[in-house]
Amino acid sequence: MTRFLSLTEADRKEMLGTIGVSSIDDLFEQIPPAVRFDRELDLEPALSEPELVAHLEALAARNAHTGAELSFLGAGIYDHYVPAVVDAILSRGELLTAYTPYQPEMSQGVLQAIFEYQTAICELTGMDVSNASGYDGTTVAADACFLAKHVTGRSKVVLAEALNPQVRQVVKTYAPGFALEVVEVPHRSGVTDPDEFREACRDAACAIFQQPNFFGCLEPAPDLAAAASEAEALAVAHVDPVSLGVLEAPGAYGCALAIGEGQGAGNYQSYGGPHYGFLAARSEYIRRMPGRIVGETIDAAGKRGYVLTLQTREQHIRREKATSNITTNQTLLALAGLVHLSWLGPEGLRELGETCLALGRYAKERLQSAGLELAFPDQTTFKEFAVRVGRPGAEVVTEARRKGVHPGYALGRDYEGLDDTLLVCVTERRSPAEVDRLVDVLSEVAA
Amino acid sequence: MELIFEKSRSGRRASTLPLYDLPPGDLPADLRREHPPRLPELAEPEVLRHFTELSTRTFGIDTGFYPLGSCTMKHNPRVNERVVALPGFRDLHPLQDEDGAQGALELEWRLQEILAEVTGLDAVSLQPAAGSQGEVTGLMLMRAYFADRGENERDEIVVPDSAHGTNPASVAMAGYKLVDVRTDKRGNIDLDDLRGKVGERTAGLMLTNPSTLGLFDESIDEIQRIFHRAGALMYYDGANLNAVCGISRPGDMGFDIVHINLHKTFSQPHGGGGPGGGPIAVRKTLEPFLPVPAVTREGDGENVRFRLDYDRPKSIGKVRAFTGPFGVFVRSYAFIRAYGPALKEMSEVAVLNANYVLARVKDAYELPFDRLCMHEFVISARNLKRAHGITALDVAKRLMDYGFHPPTVYFPLIVPEALMVEPTETETKETLDAFCDAMLAIAREAEEEPELLRHAPHHRPVGRLDEVKAAKRAVVRYRFEDHPDWSAEPVDAEPRQLEAQKGA
Amino acid sequence: MAAAETYPDDLKYHQEHDWARVDGDEATLGITWFAQDALGELVHFEPPQEGSEVTKDSSYGEVESVKAVSEVIAPLSGEVVEVNRKVVDEPEIVNDDPYGDGWLVRIRLADSGEADSLLDAEAYKQLLAEQ
Repeated sequence: MTRFLSLTEADRKEMLGTIGVSSIDDLFEQIPPAVRFDRELDLEPALSEPELVAHLEALAARNAHTGAELSFLGAGIYDHYVPAVVDAILSRGELLTAYTPYQPEMSQGVLQAIFEYQTAICELTGMDVSNASGYDGTTVAADACFLAKHVTGRSKVVLAEALNPQVRQVVKTYAPGFALEVVEVPHRSGVTDPDEFREACRDAACAIFQQPNFFGCLEPAPDLAAAASEAEALAVAHVDPVSLGVLEAPGAYGCALAIGEGQGAGNYQSYGGPHYGFLAARSEYIRRMPGRIVGETIDAAGKRGYVLTLQTREQHIRREKATSNITTNQTLLALAGLVHLSWLGPEGLRELGETCLALGRYAKERLQSAGLELAFPDQTTFKEFAVRVGRPGAEVVTEARRKGVHPGYALGRDYEGLDDTLLVCVTERRSPAEVDRLVDVLSEVAA
Repeated sequence: MELIFEKSRSGRRASTLPLYDLPPGDLPADLRREHPPRLPELAEPEVLRHFTELSTRTFGIDTGFYPLGSCTMKHNPRVNERVVALPGFRDLHPLQDEDGAQGALELEWRLQEILAEVTGLDAVSLQPAAGSQGEVTGLMLMRAYFADRGENERDEIVVPDSAHGTNPASVAMAGYKLVDVRTDKRGNIDLDDLRGKVGERTAGLMLTNPSTLGLFDESIDEIQRIFHRAGALMYYDGANLNAVCGISRPGDMGFDIVHINLHKTFSQPHGGGGPGGGPIAVRKTLEPFLPVPAVTREGDGENVRFRLDYDRPKSIGKVRAFTGPFGVFVRSYAFIRAYGPALKEMSEVAVLNANYVLARVKDAYELPFDRLCMHEFVISARNLKRAHGITALDVAKRLMDYGFHPPTVYFPLIVPEALMVEPTETETKETLDAFCDAMLAIAREAEEEPELLRHAPHHRPVGRLDEVKAAKRAVVRYRFEDHPDWSAEPVDAEPRQLEAQKGA
Repeated sequence: MAAAETYPDDLKYHQEHDWARVDGDEATLGITWFAQDALGELVHFEPPQEGSEVTKDSSYGEVESVKAVSEVIAPLSGEVVEVNRKVVDEPEIVNDDPYGDGWLVRIRLADSGEADSLLDAEAYKQLLAEQ
């Protein structure tokens, strides 16, 4: 008997008697002998709790985390400060161990939290409706394409090349099944040209650009949105929630949809997951939204309450016409995002954005003074920027790490002509003194 | 209870951030935010109280018995929460160099090996973020496999009529056509119906075994022969894997692709609706098509290294960022290491518990299939509906008054007034007995005091909520000054609920 | 309050549980009593645009109920001249009066000969009996 199971020998005997069989084996009689597994599972012996913790500590110790190394890695996942209230609330057992809130009377806490999350996302993005979360910042892009195809009847989707490479790769993976044609618009000196974008958007269902883009550069977002809309394609902005205290909301400059990776608001980096994607839209798309949505209503006494709503979209009588297949989503991580945004408040979010802007400016100026060249010097950036290091980026990373600093993401893997370029990210967790350390190390290892 | 936005007061704030004495950064005026987002303004004590109150209005496995069929609501071991928070896992950036992430990569590799052993298959990808994403990924693998072989005319997937609602949606998302096959009186796939539907256009079968009825398909051997003879593949929906770990392996049953729900069988906490994990295991012939990167091991002894291999020219691509939801892997890995080969006992007790509850309650309800069940069972409240006008929904709501979370209702669709019960292995006999007593009491109440059921629940923060109003009015965010005032709305003494599936 | 089960003799029926009332070169379309009963209370009707074309045997809109979403199938082809706005605002009218106030759209027929292939009330009732 393992420590998670409670049945004693006496319990088992009594239960087998009630069922009317003599042994547990009898319960498995319906499994044909040909498919019975006749040996023991070839797994290592069970570990006691202390041994288990020791084993996992040993594995964890072999990872260079941001406490062990001064890190300027960003590229879609960010080292922002996660406040203690997030940990405290996520460890509440009721929230941690509840299921999807199908029975609303048992789950008003989760339902109200999701309703509040939906509200927060709408406020950040300037949209009318948000779902309860998607898997991550990449799959929500596929969701957006699926929605756009249903709405417009068109099968072409346009992606800016300056959109996160993994986002583009996920869209391309889903494209054959959705019967989508994917077209990419190359970046020009780190940003996307609205005229080229407009040209590509002809006959497109949607067009997705990122703000700030993968290089940290600020795109001419209102012009890109207009370019898509003029072609009657849905304009989709992939945005950083942390930026939306200082950057304009997609809903304010003509976008149909706003999507993104929520991790920077409330989640630890955790080697890439679990995190949460967000998807918000203008009200006319509400019945095409994928994923769960929570709505407000009343009970028989007129008391206000919350329920999963618009669910029948998932139970289309022609079952294959459902808006998506998502069931389990990322509620707990989205809740963390809500808590973080509530902790920040509008003033805190603005301040966070200003700090990232100020640190970014400081880092760029100091690096340039030290003789390093920016890859896109004419562009305004938020939180990240690309710097040329005169040698293959991966080598510079290796050598810098030997000096205790991870200087950033080597862009050569994803973009042509950027083999010698690193994407440097400076969040509010890096001080000016730490930026100085980065500058010293890069000066030593760059060519 | 107020919304957090309603508690907000201008000027309050819970956060403090480092402020550096630096000149501000630049932002072009046309890109700068004009109106700040209306996020809540509260100091820390109120933030904490608000979310604490929300948690008290939520019922979790930590609160009590939660027999949602097909969801496997088992205990979530607390040590898993401690280890996932180790800085070496929690604060590790996914783009860290391989040599700075060897502990993480080793954990992923080991988990892959474990899942291959449990499923009886050869290669695993941990990338999909949930079971339904695992399904679409599996179907994409089928498409890539057949395209590689030049068999492009295969455009149909066979799905039983008892299937989980995500299966047909996944089929559509992967660009396939759905072919329904009937379930027979024993709860197995109707083989005669099946034979007529499998042929040259068939790409594969999607099946859960045991099925959503909690029954092991007795003809599984014949089924796999029918599909493999037609050159098609077999896909296993692992939602019900909790019944058969160490007892029967999907690979041995003849399945070629399997997805596993880490948040069901392997104890990742459900979190109110996620996160989950939906890794897939496949036969060797399908390995080249798995998502990138693959997590591999090189060398041995002192020189073992764990790598991310992107050189997979036949890969379908990526379904999610990075290698997948790593925090979920840590918990599932820790869960499995705490069991070792005794995972078999986990399944045995899950099946014992379900059969015990079935034996005690079946005479008070209708039993659609008179067989021993596996880890879950389906009964029908149709007898109560005919005799007393009491529905499965009424039974579910009344169970709340007894302190239990209801089972899944209105699923599977082929059973009217369905109640799907999955106790899981982590419950005591006393809890099971209390639940059975309640189910029997409710059946009696249906006859003697039906009004008690129709207006249940009586002891929750809200009564039955009007889901029809919610769907019509579609109030899906707080609207501040424009937020609707429900006090003017006519109240329905019998609020209408959706007869939609609740659970699974 | 749902209507009693009827299948008026003056209507033509489609096997996907839709009806048509032909009136010269126009027709009014809707869903049958069987359809509204199977769906349960309607909460939403997604109509086609006025001026758009509908094609026999194809979907021209969606209805959403307490149980599911379902496509509405056109029994005849033509151009949409009017959408029933009352049903858009109060979809439950369809449950109360599926053949009267619960009509969905009016179309100008493309081909009046198509009506010959539809079922009459007796044939439709026969179809239901066999379900």
